[in-house]
Amino acid sequence: MMKPLRDVGLVGYGAYVPRYRISAEEISRVWKMGEDNLHLEEKAVPGLDEDTTTIAIEAARNALRKAALDPSKLSAVWLGSESKPYSVKPTATIVAEAVGATPHTMAADWEFACKAGTEAMQAAIGFVGSGMADYAMAIGADTAQGKPGDQLEYTAGAGGAAFVVGPKGESMAYLEGSHSYVTDTPDFFRRPNQHYPTHGNRFTGEPSYFTHTIMAARALMDELGYGPEDYDRVVFHQPNSKFPVRVAKRLGFVEEQYRDGLLVPYVGNTYAASSGIGLAAVLDKAEPGERILLASYGSGAGSDAFSFVTTECIARGRNPIPQISDYVGRRREIDYAQYARHRGKLMMY
Amino acid sequence: MSLAKHWRLQQQRYRLIGVQCEDCGAKLLPRRLVCPQCKSHNLQPYSFKGQGMVYSHTVVYDAPSGYDGYVPYPAALVRLDEGPLVATQLTDVDIDEPYIGMPVEMVTRRLREHGESGMIVYGYKFRPKLKD
Ligand SMILES: [Zn+2]
Repeated sequence: MMKPLRDVGLVGYGAYVPRYRISAEEISRVWKMGEDNLHLEEKAVPGLDEDTTTIAIEAARNALRKAALDPSKLSAVWLGSESKPYSVKPTATIVAEAVGATPHTMAADWEFACKAGTEAMQAAIGFVGSGMADYAMAIGADTAQGKPGDQLEYTAGAGGAAFVVGPKGESMAYLEGSHSYVTDTPDFFRRPNQHYPTHGNRFTGEPSYFTHTIMAARALMDELGYGPEDYDRVVFHQPNSKFPVRVAKRLGFVEEQYRDGLLVPYVGNTYAASSGIGLAAVLDKAEPGERILLASYGSGAGSDAFSFVTTECIARGRNPIPQISDYVGRRREIDYAQYARHRGKLMMY
Repeated sequence: MSLAKHWRLQQQRYRLIGVQCEDCGAKLLPRRLVCPQCKSHNLQPYSFKGQGMVYSHTVVYDAPSGYDGYVPYPAALVRLDEGPLVATQLTDVDIDEPYIGMPVEMVTRRLREHGESGMIVYGYKFRPKLKD
């Protein structure tokens, strides 16, 4: 188990989901993919002027407001994403500048498919836990793309989640420990200059998502001496609405434990933000003293598992700072033609 | 395209940083060197809260180059809570939704990009207030 020498926790968190939605039914109207893909309701689509940078900025601002922290005290702004607006030029510097963390700080982009955000969180825990920094921000944000007509088009959504890691004494939820599990598993990838990713179809399930998530979560619980019954809430990476439910059940959790963190039916798979948005939704509802398990998954492949316990500060800033339910409830449905425009799938000559 | 010009405007565009007059208290955006109210030179940076309401609005159908990807879009003068009027785009809103007095808040969005290989310019826009 990993645990820093100095106790740390989440002193602030924030999330963001764009306003636009396209329903699975509307995508199916165009591509005739059949009933099997309709287990999602809809997914979030970024506006014409949104990208990973702008999504990360709003999530980061919400997290700083929750933390009630002077942004210049952040010693790092770390952003995990697979949809960076620039191939060369850190997205994190733009975010750091926009939230007021610059110039005496670190900033970097992290990559690990859908677990890039929790990879940044592990690093932030180590950075603060070592005493090198008092506060560090870890963000996961994505505007994922699926090839038109591909199964991924039903799920590839957009959103962001940001966490301020700081001393345990100021935390809304403190860390009990973490565990990471990584292998070289080529279940999903995108080569440079390719617009859309390639995925291994059935290979994405058992040897990839399930094995890694279960190994990380189980190892962490074993090391802490906990079983499923010790957790009030659990959050997993949500590539679709079936996988996180199946993995929760296989680990021995029941619906009451995973229900509040399951947002994929309404926002889609938000990639590097997926498990973070789930955690934010759970923290929005948690009472003090609740134990929460978070286990991400990133293709390629790996999982980061964390055990948190909420504190008396958990309700800090619940109003007026927007909650996940405010963003999920703010929705403007668009049709496939508008979606194609929003996602840059229209070429204008 | 002037990279330096965009870079100089970042503070104002990303965080609505203007100035406050230390003598008469006036809050000014964009930043000035002399207070237009009391002629003082004693102006310090001030970060506007980003809250305001629509003062007047219109819809842009024929946009300047670099902005044409967003048409049609609503544009507005927004009266900030601290006083100044800001010319801005409205976002996350349908073109027939804005009204005079609509409560709005600042967000950071893409303003424009200089082609496929050029710089992406980010800055403030205003959207209907998400939560009271
Ligand atoms: Zn003055």
